[in-house]
Amino acid sequence: MSTMNAIRDTFFEECEDLLAALADGFALMQSGAHDPETVNAVFRAVHSIKGGAGAFHLSDLVAFAHRFETVLDGLRGGKLELTPDLMFVLLRAADHLNVLVEAARDDTAIDAAVTESFLLSLDACLEDSGLGGSEEEFSFAAVQFDFMAIDSDPLSAERTKFNITFRPTSTLFANGHDPAFLFKSLSDLGALDVTMDISAVPDWDDFDPTVPFISWTLTLATDQDEAAIRAIFDFVDGLCTLEITANVPDLPKKETAPMIRVDTPEVRAVVADPPSAPKPTEAHGPKPTLRVDLDRVDRLINAVGELIINQAMISQRVGEIAIASDSDVVTYVEDYRLLARDIQEAVMAIRAQPVKPLFQRMSRIVREAAEATGKSAQLISAGEEIEVDKTVIERLADPLTHMIRNAVDHGLEGPEARAATGKDATGTIRLSAAHRSGRVIISIKDDGAGLNRPKILSIAKSKGLVPADIELPDQEIDALLFLPGFSTASKISNLSGRGVGLDVVRTAVMALGGRVAIMSTPGLGTEFTISLPLTLAVMDGMVVSVADQTMVAPIASILETVRPAPEDMHYGPNGRYLSVRGKFVPIVDIAQSLGFKIGNDINPAPLLLLVESENQSQCALIVDEVHDQRQVVIKGLEHNYASVPGVSAATVLGNGHIALILDLDAIAFQRGFAAEPATEFATQSAGD
Amino acid sequence: MTLKVLAIDDSRTIRSLIRKVMEDAGFDCICAEDGVDGVNRFAEESPDIVITDINMPNMDGFGVISTIRSGTTNRMVPILVLTTESADHLKTRARDAGATGWIVKPFDDETIVSIVRRVTGARV
Repeated sequence: MSTMNAIRDTFFEECEDLLAALADGFALMQSGAHDPETVNAVFRAVHSIKGGAGAFHLSDLVAFAHRFETVLDGLRGGKLELTPDLMFVLLRAADHLNVLVEAARDDTAIDAAVTESFLLSLDACLEDSGLGGSEEEFSFAAVQFDFMAIDSDPLSAERTKFNITFRPTSTLFANGHDPAFLFKSLSDLGALDVTMDISAVPDWDDFDPTVPFISWTLTLATDQDEAAIRAIFDFVDGLCTLEITANVPDLPKKETAPMIRVDTPEVRAVVADPPSAPKPTEAHGPKPTLRVDLDRVDRLINAVGELIINQAMISQRVGEIAIASDSDVVTYVEDYRLLARDIQEAVMAIRAQPVKPLFQRMSRIVREAAEATGKSAQLISAGEEIEVDKTVIERLADPLTHMIRNAVDHGLEGPEARAATGKDATGTIRLSAAHRSGRVIISIKDDGAGLNRPKILSIAKSKGLVPADIELPDQEIDALLFLPGFSTASKISNLSGRGVGLDVVRTAVMALGGRVAIMSTPGLGTEFTISLPLTLAVMDGMVVSVADQTMVAPIASILETVRPAPEDMHYGPNGRYLSVRGKFVPIVDIAQSLGFKIGNDINPAPLLLLVESENQSQCALIVDEVHDQRQVVIKGLEHNYASVPGVSAATVLGNGHIALILDLDAIAFQRGFAAEPATEFATQSAGD
Repeated sequence: MTLKVLAIDDSRTIRSLIRKVMEDAGFDCICAEDGVDGVNRFAEESPDIVITDINMPNMDGFGVISTIRSGTTNRMVPILVLTTESADHLKTRARDAGATGWIVKPFDDETIVSIVRRVTGARV
């Protein structure tokens, strides 16, 4: 049965591809492409889902795909016209097909009434065009070849004698049939006598090898009925003269000739048509791909991680033993470093996938959310070709769904409110992906009313998340949305659209090494930005010393290193500040934050790392020394130690030592209203 | 000699299913993923029977049948058409194109094996 399970998995994998192809096709059709191949590709996608689903007896899916396909067939055959209304119905039907496929895969139930409503809207399309009614109820048991069926007890059944005369045409042979095989099938039904009639075969001079002159008379004694016999001749119906007469006991048996095996290969050999070479058309399919077990790829990635560490160790040793820089060894080691990096990039590219399928799913979320809230919304996506690690894409689906729903539900105004402010009645959600300095930025931007900051602040106060008398700058009010406890929704799976649950979104994104930021302009809309690492396995880091510990700070967050002049250091009520280009930036002592140092021995001129968070707020971190900048392999700590506040992971350095990778966001920006463990030390430093 | 089956279908699921059913029945099964691939594999492998889908990219099932039937080698091989439609005009069309028989999807293992046996004379 495991083979069947594997094929079942194949089916659902294939469904994903097909649904993506469907979405692609619809996108083309929406942009005005009505060429037959586009429509046919769309039809084929639904058709293939139906075909596969039938094999696994997923009857709901089959029935829905069938009705869907009927409408597409009407479109394909030119019986239906692609109106905006029809396009809308098709898009919604495709959405529901997604839902049904997921339900079938996860074996969950779907509200039959919902499916029914989609079916009705599909049927309505057919009725509008006068195609309705002709659709016969789709029958699942469409097996045509039930000639083996036994509908009565064979022992008690009477055996009927049938006389069959059979005269094939030349087409019968040309279509690959062999009378001997037909007779063989007949003999499975009962006792069969075969007599060959060669009386029509002419003299040699008149013999045309392409014309069949032979006919047969057969006698079959069977407990089956005539339909069972006709079923055997089903394929050759119209390619032969066939007469079947039943139960004629007084018909004298013809001379009982032994069964003559017709040597059909001979017939094949003499039936000659002018030969013509096969005409294979040129193949122009998609690029060939190879499907590989994910485990193998992950093994490869691990091995490459070790390779990078090994390369770093060798480079370091070679550097230590003071070889002349023009020596061969130095060149080879440098080549090795470049090769290792090439290999690593190539391997990472194996896991990278375009965000397109993920984005495509989101247009369905927008439609659903718009329908549920009575708003009108459209999704515009950009940067679909940007590639991200497969795991990132998978784990991003839920947070992104959530944010898109939020954008429609909470971000966009209702049509009247939009009209009142002079906006287009249809709200727009822009979903885009882009590369920015070694990271992938995904942005969700609505053109709604923007965040209602006074309301957010009052909710936070009423929930006791901030002191009741506090005044906060806009940025910090926006950040309140991410606080645990701000929303009533506790899980991402809460898809009701009630409650924001952004803390869960942020947790999910942070688990991927990413950050979420929020920007909002009253009246113009809100933009959420998710910044993600390209890969989860390696990153560029700056190796620093803090309180005699070697640590790694992610390069992506570091703006610059600063050795400030004493006059740039300022002391305020909440600690020290650095004045940099006219701005005041809080200074955080990492050693103190991480608990390596107790007390306030203030170094008047420390070395500072100026870092910036996703929401553009800056912070200066005190380090003792900066060593170098290199690629490090990320080794997770969660497996062994659970989540450590302020530390995102560890790595192995070239000298074999372990170094912790700093979670700069947690250290630098989790300040103020402490709500989770990661902010404890930040509160300390803020109060020093 | 083991019966050699060539299955042509653009759906990976259907290909896997046919392969499983054929191999369970003791036949060899070769797969091709569209019509063009199918006729190429046909020329290379000289199968004893061809099972082909109709609606495929690059070359459809009718194209496969006419290419094989107008070829020089093994042109009278039995060709079965896989179809989800049982509409009579489709059968007529398949037969006019030169198909030996047809299998209506969804198919069950016994049906497809018995049809293959029927048109190839392969022993049970």
